[in-house]
Amino acid sequence: MYAQMIKSEASNEDPALLEAFQARIDAGEKIEPRDWMPEGYRKTLIRQIGQHAHSEVVGQLPEGNWITRAPTLERKAILLAKVQDEAGHGLYLYSAAETLGVSRDELIELLHEGRMKYSSIFNYPTLNWADIGAVGWLVDGAAIVNQVALQRTSYGPYSRAMVRICKEESFHARQGYDAIRAMAFGTPEQKRQAQDALNRLWFPALMMFGPSDAESVHSEQSMAWKIKVKSNDELRQQFVDQTIPQIEYLGLDLPDPGIRWNEESGHYDFSEPDWPEFFNVIKGNGPCNVDRMKDRVSAWEDGAWVREGLMAHAQKKAARKVAAE
Amino acid sequence: MKHEWPLWEIFIRGQHGLSHRHVGSLHAPDAEMAMKNARDVYTRRNEGVSIWVVEARHIAASSPSEKGPMFEPSESKIYRHPTFYDIPDEVGHM
Repeated sequence: MYAQMIKSEASNEDPALLEAFQARIDAGEKIEPRDWMPEGYRKTLIRQIGQHAHSEVVGQLPEGNWITRAPTLERKAILLAKVQDEAGHGLYLYSAAETLGVSRDELIELLHEGRMKYSSIFNYPTLNWADIGAVGWLVDGAAIVNQVALQRTSYGPYSRAMVRICKEESFHARQGYDAIRAMAFGTPEQKRQAQDALNRLWFPALMMFGPSDAESVHSEQSMAWKIKVKSNDELRQQFVDQTIPQIEYLGLDLPDPGIRWNEESGHYDFSEPDWPEFFNVIKGNGPCNVDRMKDRVSAWEDGAWVREGLMAHAQKKAARKVAAE
Repeated sequence: MKHEWPLWEIFIRGQHGLSHRHVGSLHAPDAEMAMKNARDVYTRRNEGVSIWVVEARHIAASSPSEKGPMFEPSESKIYRHPTFYDIPDEVGHM
């Protein structure tokens, strides 16, 4: 999901080194932090893992929006635990990015300056409680499809972070589906809200896989380096195929009149998302881009004195310990 | 970067585990906070019974480019492996 719009960079390095590197990739070996790697590979990964980490952190905001308003204590506790997990996922991913020689604070600064992105989906608002169920079900569902594929990515630390994250992410998708199922099988008004959430989040969820393969000119290098192991369109199709029976079970209307089973291909046909809207959202002009960044930047700036205070205290304690010895 | 919190490597011994295993890393101002955060991030679902935190700068690591000189010498020392010894069949399992 977070692979959307990652431009991989070409390399102009020693052909012998490049060839040896490509041979390791082709043999299915994992690349580890201290191994030689092309600069383009390193940069592409810093951007992809960094943006993946940013997405986990920014993704806490749309769901966090409903913590104080969750309708039952059980749903509230589930949502709190989920948002905590997302913070942990951000942490694992920043750690993985740091093995490539960049620091977490540097990445956060790039995000705040608008020089790094996060997933387009988190620029959509959560307007009713059913959205929280739909986010767990569709957004985490899309994330899992993408991340299960990324467990086989060629960079070892990224692959290991994905294994750990997928375990927790699949909880979230089930919890989300359970929440929206309660509404779809509830009162007519609850069902209406569930349908509304599905209708609004369906296409943004499809966009999480990034532009279509024809548009995604840079993914070729990422595929050759096995950073990406499946194309955007393949993953999107997989998500559609697995999600439509879930919608039908809920008794909700399909969110797209173009959806129909294609006997010949053995897959569902579906309409393309509104790509101009997608490009507009990742350029910063989606419904919530400005608010999301404002919240992130003010949390960072308003928290500066706390971070510095903790560091000063740690240094003082360390100095005191040395003096006592 | 000004005042960036140092990086800590986290090792956890699992419920039935015999040894501590590296599970990841995190940033924290001191060992106490690193310990608290490691508990919250890495043992949320009963993953462990013991945590070690080590500041990353204290770890020395071997380099992949030294892999040859580092590990190849042991390849020729087959006498270190128990399979090297012939035990007569009459003796039975040993």
